[in-house]
Amino acid sequence: MESKTALYEVHKEMGARMVPFAGWSMPLHYGSQIEEHHAVRRDAGMFDVSHMLVLDLEGGNARSFLRHLLANDVDRLQGSGRALYSCMLNEQGGVMDDLIVYRLGDDWFRMVVNAGCADKDLAWIERQARPFCVAVRPRRDLAMVAVQGPRAREKATPLLPPGFAGVVAGMPVFHAAVAADWLVARTGYTGEDGFEIMLPQGAAPALWRALAGAGVSPCGLGARDTLRLEAGMNLYGSDMDEQTSPLESGLGWTIAWEPKERDFIGRKALEPRRDDPANRRLVGLLLEGRGVLRNHQKVFSGAAGIGEVTSGGFAPTLQRSIALARVRPDIGETCSVEIRGRRVPARVVRPPFVRRGKACIDLEGVKS
Amino acid sequence: MSEIPTDLRYCGTHEWVSGVEDGVVTVGITDHAQEQLGDLVFVELPEVGTPVEAEAECAVVESVKAASDIYSPVDGEVVEVNEALADSPELINDDPYGDGWMFKIRVADETDLDNLLDADGYREVAEAE
Repeated sequence: MESKTALYEVHKEMGARMVPFAGWSMPLHYGSQIEEHHAVRRDAGMFDVSHMLVLDLEGGNARSFLRHLLANDVDRLQGSGRALYSCMLNEQGGVMDDLIVYRLGDDWFRMVVNAGCADKDLAWIERQARPFCVAVRPRRDLAMVAVQGPRAREKATPLLPPGFAGVVAGMPVFHAAVAADWLVARTGYTGEDGFEIMLPQGAAPALWRALAGAGVSPCGLGARDTLRLEAGMNLYGSDMDEQTSPLESGLGWTIAWEPKERDFIGRKALEPRRDDPANRRLVGLLLEGRGVLRNHQKVFSGAAGIGEVTSGGFAPTLQRSIALARVRPDIGETCSVEIRGRRVPARVVRPPFVRRGKACIDLEGVKS
Repeated sequence: MSEIPTDLRYCGTHEWVSGVEDGVVTVGITDHAQEQLGDLVFVELPEVGTPVEAEAECAVVESVKAASDIYSPVDGEVVEVNEALADSPELINDDPYGDGWMFKIRVADETDLDNLLDADGYREVAEAE
């Protein structure tokens, strides 16, 4: 039996098609996934992301613990109310999960990890935290709603508890504000502006209804996936996992190598591979021929197999098929992908494909 | 529950088949099928003149979720395809039994149509999923 978020009944009432996802019953869409996608790119949409696990880390050593646990360096968070994207690695340098960590006080940090990794992550983090005497507190009492799109902040701000309006008005990206059990962060997973809001479960249905009343479209996991793919953002379990290093997942930029003496988990294994020219690359693909790119399709350069699609699909904003693919480093500007037994030409591009409603790649291609 | 018109025949693989007119039937996918697939984004149709066999793959539809094979309901030859689907695959979502039709087949043996399901038979298949 799947777990239900605090918004389960509201989703049913709003016509959601519910599907099992990482042990939870979650909305796939409320009618049309593509309409939901466009709503986020053009106006505002909202997602129930309460299945993700929120973890509070508290104690005098919380900061030094996280500098050991995470590949990015929480010392980059200058002061409270800042957020950072990071990988959490195993000793072999494989990616255990990717996450957002918030600094909420001198001795208080919060992490949001993937639903599919929640149990594994919690066990790992509790084990690693023991010698640091850091308290690890799962916050299953909280729900989380992401409101995304060019008009998301304008529509959501008046619906926040009193006191937030002034604080979040000019809040920069990757910043967060906290009051009582609410946290409002200017972060997201769509390539659009917006908020991610953590709040007590009991308050979630009223917020969701109020947002719907303000014209924010309910969106499901389907649109969440096409939006993040267009934004060139990795999906854990598809684009990277415990067998792949961040260096081969387009995530090298999230590893803080300086200061040299910071001993984070996975550093010893990764350091010798840091500038290895043999590292595979995670690239973007734009399909030039007909069809749809899908996960695990094989990528070819001439007759040689050079890699595999890790996330593929149809990009509603571009009206084309796009993908992320892990390939040999010597890939050129073009390749082909085997789709249902046929080789279809594709162009290698640099993600993101779409940001803030606009295409970031040339759809016509430059013919030399 | 999705719409299942009683004047059509059906395959267990979710295609609908119209009545025979001048030896030709029209084929599409059911309302139930388009609901399960989600928004359609790409349709690959057979070429006019292609011989087709009952229960053999002859077209592909791809949705935001996945690719699905479409099977010919009968033996015969493709005599027309719905060209509008190339630019507007969403016609299948919007009107699966009308503007979202996929192709027309000249039927080799009209008694083959007796092997297909009627609306009640298809409803049982759809509800069992």
